[in-house]
Amino acid sequence: MRNLKRQLFAGPYMIWIVGFILLPVVMILYYAFTTSSGSFTVSNVLTITHPIFFRALLFSLKLALVCTLICLVLAYPLAMILNNMKNGSQGFIVFIFILPMWMNFMLRILAWKMLLSNNGIINTILGFFGLPDLHIINTPAAVVLCMVYDFLPFMVLPIYNALARINRDVIEAAKDLGAGNITIFFKIIVPLSMSGVISGIIMVFVPALTSFAVSDLLGGGKVLLIGNIIEQAFTQDYNWNLGAGLSFVLMIFVLVSMTLVNSRDTEGGANVW
Amino acid sequence: MKKKLIAIFCATLTALTLFSGCGSKKSENTLTVLNYGKYIDPEVLELFEKETGIHVDYEEYITPENMYTKYKAGAIDYDLICTSDYMVEKLIKEGQVLEMNYDNIPLAENLDKAYFDFSKSFDPDTKYTLPYFFGTVGILYNKNMVDESKVDSWDILWDKDYDGQIIMPDSVRDAFMVALKRLGYSLNTSDEKELREAQELLLKQKSMIYSYLVDEAQDEMIAENAAMAVVYSGEAGLAMDYNDNLAFSVPKEGSNMWIDSWFIPKTCTNQENAEKFLNFLCREDIAAMNFDYVYYATPNTKVVEQLDPDLQANTTIFPPKDILNNCEVLKSLDDDTTTLYSELWLELKAYSE
Repeated sequence: MRNLKRQLFAGPYMIWIVGFILLPVVMILYYAFTTSSGSFTVSNVLTITHPIFFRALLFSLKLALVCTLICLVLAYPLAMILNNMKNGSQGFIVFIFILPMWMNFMLRILAWKMLLSNNGIINTILGFFGLPDLHIINTPAAVVLCMVYDFLPFMVLPIYNALARINRDVIEAAKDLGAGNITIFFKIIVPLSMSGVISGIIMVFVPALTSFAVSDLLGGGKVLLIGNIIEQAFTQDYNWNLGAGLSFVLMIFVLVSMTLVNSRDTEGGANVW
Repeated sequence: MKKKLIAIFCATLTALTLFSGCGSKKSENTLTVLNYGKYIDPEVLELFEKETGIHVDYEEYITPENMYTKYKAGAIDYDLICTSDYMVEKLIKEGQVLEMNYDNIPLAENLDKAYFDFSKSFDPDTKYTLPYFFGTVGILYNKNMVDESKVDSWDILWDKDYDGQIIMPDSVRDAFMVALKRLGYSLNTSDEKELREAQELLLKQKSMIYSYLVDEAQDEMIAENAAMAVVYSGEAGLAMDYNDNLAFSVPKEGSNMWIDSWFIPKTCTNQENAEKFLNFLCREDIAAMNFDYVYYATPNTKVVEQLDPDLQANTTIFPPKDILNNCEVLKSLDDDTTTLYSELWLELKAYSE
């Protein structure tokens, strides 16, 4: 009896999991492997071999990789600086970093559009100092810039958490045994913070790979990512089967890349899934 | 243990199906309307509810293709939809449109008969549609940045002097229209050779394009981020009100004339209410409110007569008849051509030098 009661508490989560995670995935699989008349086919999934779709997928992978790399390079030193700060100011800096996330994602992209456009704020300032104009709006560079801005906190926070968990005693002990700063960094800090780095990479790489809103708004219709093609298949072409087929391929890519990244993890703490 | 889990799973599914059942029930006195974004004065809806007691569920969409997807998805039974010429034609051909009873819309006589004639290209016997707004497509340009003597031709959009300063429409038919008209072809051509020639032109143009946009084009022009944009006439009129440096031209090679019309889809549950709403929209004061809000050309002669003479003479908002006669209305294409269009468009969007 008590057991049943306990299980009833899980009810709302069951509804959530079934209704908003399992059912949608099943529907995507159904659409991906059927034609518009409902018969079985693999052609939707195989469309990815079409040169245009394949190029868009490679291009999305490239942008996502570049974005993840830049985030990592920026985030790691920052997380280390944060970790070495006094407790009070630490909280403040983390707060500052999370502050932009209080504002809607779309609004932040639109703000970048205002900043970067031909007559935008950045070019006005550059012009004031007699510097040449910056023309990166509607190019892949603008898309990467905005993705880095949006996803950076997702890289900083896990790395910072991992660093904060490293016991000071371990570092003290290493120093006692005569290790220099460089040795400590590569032999102790980096391996022990790996779990945070891996969570960070996954949390930046996956949304960057599947994103379509940023390229839509900052790419000026000229940057075609796989996410844009899927969106177009659903909303413009009324071809849900094709859209679902391509989504399925993208899901596989996400799964494979997560497995690759996670296989390096031995601590277990970083398993996002 | 396992059995209980299965029981919970079943209970969840039942609950889900029950919940989904509730949503589709509709009360007698409701009207579900689907329209372009920002395409009606919200006060008009309130007034209609107040005067008739009919509650209006109002929904919006962005492009005709989005509308088609929403309608076809079948989640909501729409009573009344407003969309553009070629999409109306497509739905008529698919047998999705109910005949309108014009006897219930006596105020339709306020509308200029000429626009019912234009509508014949997609509704040949005037059985299904009621015109709402119309206009053309042309070049909105900045007088300080563009040589005005050249802007009377689509050629200017391929002029190297304006590298990186041109905005093209981010919608298939409108973008191809520009290229087809420059080549002197019909914008309704289904000839593969002509379409490929048009694509060739658009590919050549791509490196010079600032961006492909639909609704944001006027904002970019007001902010002077670009020198030229291909836009709908109504948007040009609105943009010119915000920035005096802007002007509008419909090139001499001809262009597209579009008519947005109301139609009653097969999913309509209360045709009388739908026709009541249409009659209400044709009423002089209501149509005037909508014109002030939307600022596109209205076919309602009573409204036009009341306007300030300056506004009546504004050729951007009210394209003169000689320009209209030089324009073509978009027609829906056969399936093969639609597929070809999608392919060519995708190739264009994916193209980079």
